[in-house]
Amino acid sequence: MSAVIDNHGHAHDDHHADHGHPPGLMRWVSTTNHKDIGSMYLWFSFIMFLMGGVMALTIRAELWQPGMQIVQPEFFNQMTTYHGLIMVFGAIMPAFVGFANWQIPMMIGAPDMAFPRMNNWSFWLLPVAAILLVSSLAVGGAGVGWTMYAPLTTQAGPGMDLLIFAVHILGMSSIMGSINIVTTILNMRAPGMTLMKMPMFVWTWLITAYLLIAVMPVLAGAVTMTLTDRHFGTSFFNAAGGGDPVLYQHIFWFFGHPEVYIIAIPAFGVVSQVIPAFSRKPLFGYASMVYATSSIAILSFMVWAHHMYTTGMPVAGQLYFMYATMLIAVPTGVKVFNWVATMWRGSLTFETPMLFALGFLFLFTLGGFTGLVLAMTPVDVPLHDTYYVVAHFHYVMVAGALFSALSGVYFWLPKWTGNMYDETLGKWHFWLSMVFFNITFFVQHFLGLAGMPRRIPDYNLQFTAFNQISSIGAFGFGLTQLLFLYVVLKCIRSGEKAPDKPWDGADTLEWTHLPTPAPYHTFENPPTVK
Amino acid sequence: MSHATPTHNYYLPQPAAYPIIGSTALLLMTAGAAMWFNGSSIGAWSVLAGALVMVYMMVLWFGKVISESEGGLYTDRVDVSYRWSMSWFIFSEVMFFAGFFGALFYARTLSVPDLSSIDNKLLWPDFTSAWPSSGPYLTDPFTPMAAWGIPAINTFLLLSSGVTLTIAHWGLRENRRGVLNLWLFLTICLGVTFLGFQAFEYGHAYSEMNLKLTTGIYGTTFYMLTGFHGFHVTVGTIMLICIWFRCLKGHFKPDHHFAFEGVAWYWHFVDVVWLLLFVVVYWL
Repeated sequence: MSAVIDNHGHAHDDHHADHGHPPGLMRWVSTTNHKDIGSMYLWFSFIMFLMGGVMALTIRAELWQPGMQIVQPEFFNQMTTYHGLIMVFGAIMPAFVGFANWQIPMMIGAPDMAFPRMNNWSFWLLPVAAILLVSSLAVGGAGVGWTMYAPLTTQAGPGMDLLIFAVHILGMSSIMGSINIVTTILNMRAPGMTLMKMPMFVWTWLITAYLLIAVMPVLAGAVTMTLTDRHFGTSFFNAAGGGDPVLYQHIFWFFGHPEVYIIAIPAFGVVSQVIPAFSRKPLFGYASMVYATSSIAILSFMVWAHHMYTTGMPVAGQLYFMYATMLIAVPTGVKVFNWVATMWRGSLTFETPMLFALGFLFLFTLGGFTGLVLAMTPVDVPLHDTYYVVAHFHYVMVAGALFSALSGVYFWLPKWTGNMYDETLGKWHFWLSMVFFNITFFVQHFLGLAGMPRRIPDYNLQFTAFNQISSIGAFGFGLTQLLFLYVVLKCIRSGEKAPDKPWDGADTLEWTHLPTPAPYHTFENPPTVK
Repeated sequence: MSHATPTHNYYLPQPAAYPIIGSTALLLMTAGAAMWFNGSSIGAWSVLAGALVMVYMMVLWFGKVISESEGGLYTDRVDVSYRWSMSWFIFSEVMFFAGFFGALFYARTLSVPDLSSIDNKLLWPDFTSAWPSSGPYLTDPFTPMAAWGIPAINTFLLLSSGVTLTIAHWGLRENRRGVLNLWLFLTICLGVTFLGFQAFEYGHAYSEMNLKLTTGIYGTTFYMLTGFHGFHVTVGTIMLICIWFRCLKGHFKPDHHFAFEGVAWYWHFVDVVWLLLFVVVYWL
């Protein structure tokens, strides 16, 4: 398969013939190039990451001392809500879609994504959703939690409607993006690249896109029910009419649990590229990695009610969801052991991508263990809605997904920009992130075990010391990410010229077959994979 | 870069402005709807403007796709992409409906029986569980929708439309354009008739049966499930009309007509959803 790039509008225009894109802003607005779109996803996600980060710091500033400090309780609740929504839907998910856009066509030897125009729309829906989210806050907000539980949402103000529509648009974006990714992977691979020869990152995105297509419509349904309950008198979540607020939680978590794997699985994919490259060994147990990831995806549909142990479930239900949840530890364990075995007797070096991958490995595993703790119903009941849960999911979301994304950025920056990043500053970024992350979140385990509830702006006096440690860590972590911005900008503007293959152990097509930086159009004629 | 390669078989389009137009339309529609639902009359105009922009964008974008397709740019490999993507899109639609079917299942087997259980006797002492139910508090009497009137006729109409569409497809594959045009037209007629009956049924339910969207969980699930289905039938009918006009203009070849097949898949999907609706919403 080779590509026919429609350049007839520019065929005689020497200035543009190189790239085939319009100049200036319209290049980005109208682009159908997977690399442009990937870059837009990544920058968008970083902007949202800073926005969500400022909200997190507002939360940590308020929690510096017991009693009310700087914000009103309603605003505090809005901060937890929008921080969660923005980080999940605006920062982490678009970041990995950015990686998918940049990397999947290059890693499978395809000329671009299967549907370049739809790819553009998938991205340009995100700013619409961001505008709706921000204006939602501006019209009074909705401090309903990122999970948007009824009946609070059915009673919230107009900001809730904008939130609902933002979720609809994000869902459209995700579904279109995922259909594009699945189609690209299934139909655009270079000759000889069988499914079981695909790089692990591509496999993880195939599975993630399947999960997204399966559950984003369910979330759209859930928020649509909220919308009709709010304005059209339906009774989905209204017990007086025969409905049930708990129904919302079932539908939401049927989406929500696969969602955490939608975030985690591409992170696994990045780490599965980085660890072999810096161990100078192929990934250990590739096939078992594929099967383990697929098993996680399938199991993720069957465990949703472990988020709902305190809603009054029958004991049989609690037992089922407890055991099914713990079962996920088996394929996850397979993956962790495979990563460790990849490093075993490898020729290891510890450049920044590898450091972040190892940070991921240690801290994601720790977050996985606290997940197992929370999976046990009798343990979860006292820990439910405490800071223990907050600590758990920040270990998997920040030290898991975010560290993996940072690892991926450092890993692929040379290929994307043509320049090397500053290794010393990269290492500073890692170590400061690692230290401040643990200062922020490790203590939250103790706060949760001692009974401090989440989403409350005030707390008992005895929690003060740990909260202050956590707040110091949070501000340190936030400032450290500005260093990351500096490292990336420095790399783009004045980094040293990178070789075609700066990492010894990297063996995927973008390193072995393409120059650095990757040209605007790649693999118009596909490589043959042996 | 601009040289066409010898074995050109994957078409990559030029930069395009359709997506940003579509995004603008969605911003107008969603922001407008939020204003409208909260009592601002400007909102309705914004929704209307957004909808018009959206229609404009779709005409442009689909028009471009049709001209590319008729221009022979879509090779077999591109065709396979369309097949995969339509299949996955229909899968996403299945999951959307699954959410609403799940809500119906939950109401019938869990929430309504629970409300009459011993736990809730203090709050709702007189409520007994039954289906249809409008819940313990919304006690305005209503007549539930019977299965064997219009709904049964509608089942027959939609099943027939699946058959007529298949005959039209056979005509296309055998290059018998008269058969194609006629049976595709009949399919559209069946779809429109279905929608007419459905509209009549809603009118009847509102005026005679006191069955409304606000009639507790029964009215909620009845109207939301059949309403979303009806919306999909409407979209499907519009799609059928589009490909019918394309057929009349001589588009599609016996071996290359994915637009037709994609619409047919969608129509059959809508058909299957109706069968499930007929069984669990109307009949049981």
